[in-house]
Amino acid sequence: MYHERGASRTRRTVTATTRLMRALHLDGMLLAGLVAVGLFGLFVLYSAAGDNTALWLNQLVRFGIGVAVMIALAQVPDHFLRMLAPVVFLFGLVLLALVAVAGDVGKGAQRWLDIGVVRFQPSEIMKLAVPMMCAWYLHQRPLPPSLRDVIAVLLMILVPVLLIAEQPDLGTALLVAAAGVFVLVLGGLSPAYLLAGVAVVGAAVPLVWSLMHDYQRQRLLTLLDPQSDALGAGYHIIQSQIAIGSGGMFGKGWTNGSQAQLEFLPERSTDFIFAVIGEEFGLLGLIALLAGYLFIVARGLYMAAQCRDAFTRLLSGSIALTFFVYVFVNAGMVTGLLPVVGLPLPLVSYGGTSLVTLLAGFGILMALYSSRKLLGS
Amino acid sequence: MRRVRIKDEILEQRVFLQRALVASVVVTALMLLLSGRAFWLQVLQHEHYSVLSQGNRARIEPLPPNRGIIVDRAGRMIAENTPAYQLELVREQAGDLDATLARLERFGLLERDDVGRVRQLVLSRRSFEAVPIRLQLDDEEIARYAVHRHELPGVLLETRMARHYPYGPVGAHALGYVGTISEDDLARIDKERYFGTGVIGKTGVERAYEAELLGSGGYREVLVNAEGRPVDTLEGQSGQLRSRAPQAGRELRLTLDIELQRVAEQAMAGRRGAVVAIDPWNGDVLVLASLPSFDPNGFARGISRRDYLALTEDPDQPLFNRVLRGTYPPGSTIKPIMALAGLEYDVVRPEDTVICRGQFSLPNSRHRFRDWKRAGHGTVDMHNAVMQSCDVYFYRLANALGIERIHAAMTRIGFGAPTGIDIGGERGGIMPSPQWKKSTFRQREQQVWFPGETVILGIGQGYWTATPLQLAKATALLATRGRHFRPRLVRAYVDPVTGAVEVRAPEPLPPVELKQRANWETIVDAMVAVTSGPRGTALRASRGAAYSIAGKTGTAQVYSVGQTEKYDESKVAERLRDHALFVAFAPAEAPRLAIAVLVENGGHGSSAAAPIARAVFDAYLAGGKD
Repeated sequence: MYHERGASRTRRTVTATTRLMRALHLDGMLLAGLVAVGLFGLFVLYSAAGDNTALWLNQLVRFGIGVAVMIALAQVPDHFLRMLAPVVFLFGLVLLALVAVAGDVGKGAQRWLDIGVVRFQPSEIMKLAVPMMCAWYLHQRPLPPSLRDVIAVLLMILVPVLLIAEQPDLGTALLVAAAGVFVLVLGGLSPAYLLAGVAVVGAAVPLVWSLMHDYQRQRLLTLLDPQSDALGAGYHIIQSQIAIGSGGMFGKGWTNGSQAQLEFLPERSTDFIFAVIGEEFGLLGLIALLAGYLFIVARGLYMAAQCRDAFTRLLSGSIALTFFVYVFVNAGMVTGLLPVVGLPLPLVSYGGTSLVTLLAGFGILMALYSSRKLLGS
Repeated sequence: MRRVRIKDEILEQRVFLQRALVASVVVTALMLLLSGRAFWLQVLQHEHYSVLSQGNRARIEPLPPNRGIIVDRAGRMIAENTPAYQLELVREQAGDLDATLARLERFGLLERDDVGRVRQLVLSRRSFEAVPIRLQLDDEEIARYAVHRHELPGVLLETRMARHYPYGPVGAHALGYVGTISEDDLARIDKERYFGTGVIGKTGVERAYEAELLGSGGYREVLVNAEGRPVDTLEGQSGQLRSRAPQAGRELRLTLDIELQRVAEQAMAGRRGAVVAIDPWNGDVLVLASLPSFDPNGFARGISRRDYLALTEDPDQPLFNRVLRGTYPPGSTIKPIMALAGLEYDVVRPEDTVICRGQFSLPNSRHRFRDWKRAGHGTVDMHNAVMQSCDVYFYRLANALGIERIHAAMTRIGFGAPTGIDIGGERGGIMPSPQWKKSTFRQREQQVWFPGETVILGIGQGYWTATPLQLAKATALLATRGRHFRPRLVRAYVDPVTGAVEVRAPEPLPPVELKQRANWETIVDAMVAVTSGPRGTALRASRGAAYSIAGKTGTAQVYSVGQTEKYDESKVAERLRDHALFVAFAPAEAPRLAIAVLVENGGHGSSAAAPIARAVFDAYLAGGKD
């Protein structure tokens, strides 16, 4: 009797939650994954921030704002998003041009636009606007895309990417490019083109090298031989590898990472927080976190596959894969597999702009997914 | 033929699924790659990284450069580096920084007032850096440290080269001193260049030539254990430890003659004042004495707040550089130059006479400008007026010249602007003019220039102020008959490694040309008469000298005397007495040294200031044997 009532109460609660989620166009599984990683991130950040509780509270508030933005965007109907795509893209392009002409310089890079009340980076808009635009364009054309369409889409990607790379913001440029290319690839870009593309990129390396800023070159060189500059650029990589390696299988324990706590590890609450996790939670902590990320990406791809038209499908898939690029580039950089590209660890690193953009992307993904269900019912 | 393609929803969905599947595989593979990398670092390489992180880690130990030494013009060492013990603190090893600092204070190794400053300093450096917190410990302090060493984690006793000034207070105002790098200093320097260097030039030559003296620092990596003690280099790791040798700063050769400086300071001992001696032919400053002086070794050692306050609150202001920053009315010392201006502007001829009855009044004015000699000097020409320092003659001359011409002439000589000496902090004094008055005073009625204000400029009073350095430079200009140079304290650099000497050429300033060169001699003859003529005001100064001195006495009023009162030296409090001045060059016919002496509240230039100049001349020209 007693038992049954308890069980049915649980079931009722579950049903009510499901209904609420459905009403809010939210995907329970994806939300669970995001919140789990996000909470883990806050937990780590508390340790990485040291005595700076203000920083931690700040991030908590930003996480809340991000979730709110996600829920809000989840309510937007898919056809509306599609209609908006070219508008958002052009708007973002204009802002990027403005930044190039009249932007604020911060830390040696011209990324910010000051619009009186707030300063923000228009390049963040492009992380979503570029895949939206590409998906919008391909949606109206037969797929797999013809050569003409491929070139058109590549132009849509290249213009904003070059503007962003010129700021210079290599990390964001890379993400925006990836987001656009993923739309093409998921749309059925012929493997021959793909190979040709890789060949072109390979041939372009010397050209890109000559266009790179000194600090960017330095980062690449340092990757090849971190010891060459132990006091300068290599310091980050050496210290983060020491942090991760010394963590071992189970880690030194929360708030006990000597590398992180003694401030050997630079940028430990932002770009290098992955090393803090490795030091304090060990291999198990890193694998758990990577599993969490994998779950989010897989769920995103699954949701994309359920979509009924090209626009929603391509956009959803691109959002999920771009998220993965974030993870891979950051973790690869901190573990010494990739050069130091200034990208945060998604959902975990301290910093508001990228967190909000990420969650906004997932909001759009949920909106697209739920509109499929509405069509289906 | 052109194929028209239409959208095929089924095909598109199938392609997407295919691609998404491939993407999932790639994503999973890359995730495995990351996990594999983590496994490599954390399991297979764990031992290696553990050693690096926990047991032993490389500490970067700075190898500070030796600061360039400083020698005087004869090569005598006046600033050197001697080994001394100092305390250094490594923040990451200190644990609780505040507790460690509190213990240092309790053990008497740090003064209470210095704790805050040291804390700031330590926090401003990187956590693994050894920051010097106490310089030049004495034996007792070293013993106390040894006893409490185990209670002071992260506090290291190191032997470092420390600045030492063998002559102590002699020449301290020219030489300046080094001191612990302060917060203000941090704001203006490149911190990297001071890695391991605890001190920086604060004043004088030490500050002005900081860039030359500093040198460049080196470093070496040392493996240290958790307590921060260096351990033997592990097998195979020595190759990774790098080092860079420091480079010492350049040696400076000064223009200063430290023994002559000592003579000047001893002659002035017990008084407040300034002595400057310049080689008129190149601007070399041989003596730059500001009395009372202070011991720069105190600063190099890391002066305590209490000792510093004692210096700053001393009413005699030992830290005040009177030579560069003291501005005084030049008094009668400018009369020769005023006479020269009168000749140059054809306002007066040397033979023109004035009848001095002890006072002068402007037409239609009842204000009486008094002569220092109440009875007057009688009939005086230019030669006599300079020799006897007749005030009435120069009241009249100044009035005839007018303020605009006086201003033009004196500005040309260098009054009213810094001389440009190669150390910092110099003041320019005031060469007044109607324009100056207009821009200086707020109220309209104060902006008006009165004729009486021109009159008193004739005897170097009124708004006119000058530094002893400016007076010495103006005197040097008379000695060379119009040539002058930017005064300087450093005449050569020496490379510490190669020993190569880089001599700096003197910096000539545009010479002052007269319409009639003979006018120079008229003035110089009168100045010689000051020390040797029948009624010269400084007869005592040249008595028994084997050379002739061209000079001029002066008194600068501190206290203004009422119209009818008689100035009585004995009744006026010491601080209100006149400043005594004397400017001179010698030998008059072939000048080698130009001097300005100022004795604060010294009374008469002839009795208080001239003997000091004589002492310096004797030491320099006769080798001190006279």
